[in-house]
Amino acid sequence: MESVLGRYRNLTILVGVLFLQVLGLAVQVKRGNDADSTRLIRIWAVGAITPFERGLVRAQNGSGNLWHNYFFLRGVRAENRQLKEQIEQMRLKEVRLSEDATQAHRLQSLLAFKEQFIVKTVPAQVIGSSGSDLSRSIYIDRGSNDGLTPDMAVITAGGIVGKVLRVYPSTSLVLMINDQSSGVGGMLEKSRLQGVLRGTADGEVILERVMSDEQVAPGDTVLSSGGDQIFPKGLPVGTVSKVSPGKDMFLNILVRPAADLSRLEEVLVVTEKQEKNAVVDSGGRVRAADILAERLPSVPDKPVVVTPAPGTTPSGATASSAAGTSAGVKTPATSAPTGGNAASTSGAQSMPVAAQPATGQVLKKVVQRAPVGASATSGSASNGGTGNATGLSPASSPAKPAAPRPKPPTAEPSPQPPPTEDNPH
Amino acid sequence: MPITYTSGEQIEVYRFSFPVTVGVPLLALFLQAYVPRRFPFFSVFDLPLLVTIFFAMARRNPISGLFTGAAIGLSQDMLGAYPIGINGIAMTVVGYLASSLGAKLDVENAGARLLVTLGFYLVHAAVYFTVARGMVNLTLNWSWSHGVLAGLANAVLGVGLYFMLDKFKQRT
Repeated sequence: MESVLGRYRNLTILVGVLFLQVLGLAVQVKRGNDADSTRLIRIWAVGAITPFERGLVRAQNGSGNLWHNYFFLRGVRAENRQLKEQIEQMRLKEVRLSEDATQAHRLQSLLAFKEQFIVKTVPAQVIGSSGSDLSRSIYIDRGSNDGLTPDMAVITAGGIVGKVLRVYPSTSLVLMINDQSSGVGGMLEKSRLQGVLRGTADGEVILERVMSDEQVAPGDTVLSSGGDQIFPKGLPVGTVSKVSPGKDMFLNILVRPAADLSRLEEVLVVTEKQEKNAVVDSGGRVRAADILAERLPSVPDKPVVVTPAPGTTPSGATASSAAGTSAGVKTPATSAPTGGNAASTSGAQSMPVAAQPATGQVLKKVVQRAPVGASATSGSASNGGTGNATGLSPASSPAKPAAPRPKPPTAEPSPQPPPTEDNPH
Repeated sequence: MPITYTSGEQIEVYRFSFPVTVGVPLLALFLQAYVPRRFPFFSVFDLPLLVTIFFAMARRNPISGLFTGAAIGLSQDMLGAYPIGINGIAMTVVGYLASSLGAKLDVENAGARLLVTLGFYLVHAAVYFTVARGMVNLTLNWSWSHGVLAGLANAVLGVGLYFMLDKFKQRT
């Protein structure tokens, strides 16, 4: 026996070393979550490498900043002017989009949808990578000390990057979406077809599980579907670059990631998401009970004097005051979808109040939305044919103050995301 | 092609100083983790594998080769996203085979090194994928075009790297 072992000494040691490693792998696979069983070893390895990487990145950024911020400022003024123009254009666009969003929220609330909002993000810097072509992951300079936990979404302004796989005290390992073992719920923006995004051996991203009889064209935008419970729905993932027939009746859809995964420098880790029912302010919705409450005689409330924000002079309100109606007009909490609100401004003496808008923006909106006829009317003349709450306000009692109501229509805040540290939406 | 079969007595066995033995693999691991961040194409290269092949072939001792491979492979696994041991097993096999080959063949010239490195890159990939798919159940796919091109790129880099590392060789 000894002679056999001596003769095949090298081979015996090889088998022994391989056996030990296979055993170690088996233990990790058996335990399922290898992060726990090998955590200490990984912490040592990461702790030995990342300080150097972090130092190099900082030195590099420092020298880069010195150059870009102090020496190389050519064209900054022109760029600044361009950016200002761009901001103006984006503001205009934002107004339009906010209208669409309000409408979408209203529809979602009707269908009792739940929405996910990105509440808080932590910016992080990429300090290294796994370095292997076989596994695509990066290291960032934020860890458990910064509130990071596994399975948090990592994004950039461009699109999604990946998810936090392992967390160490001051660093984290992020598995990118082009890794072969990653899986992200994806959805085509136009057709709303859903699939699973996976990485390929070449480091590309493909959208799987889309049937071959579906219409998908290069250039289509791919968004996160939210089905993976990691990425909120609607984040940009990329665009379709190639479509070809795959196996098993599915299409092979190659996706070009929106975020440049090979040149990542800064990323955002979504540390807090919030899921809540889609709600919309229904200031303009009128319930039968409200109408009845207005019609019925009741003890009048003490009028409250409200001064609109400077620079916002709602025409209707001015008109109503000019007509000798109550000057103490409370405006509705939010804008209503119909032009009736303008009429409510004009006939505001009878409009119930839910909450006071914080600024004059709402007033402004109300006036902007008002039909010409409604805004032009004043006081008792406003009750013509608007067919809304204020239209129903008694013409016979023009100076009647706000009538009490059992409950205001809605006092819920608008479904905008709560204040965030850094909200990419 | 000057790959010559030689007897054990004809082959020179080299050794390395302790700083080189420890420092070069660590530097390879560090560069492999850091450089792809600045130069994404660098992730095609596998510096730890090249260093393993070089040390194994220079020492010509299978036991030393397999332990070098195991140590470097496991270190690489610790920094990666997958379970520890996949690279370790693959590198152990490569280290063992490279040192066994080094003990039998003269692989000192550029052509031989190119072919040997390409071969070992493919061996490494084969073992890696077998373990990853067979044992860990990872859904990894092999791309022949990418694999062969990456192997060639590594072989070319390896030839240059080996000549640089030859300077650290010490005769026994």
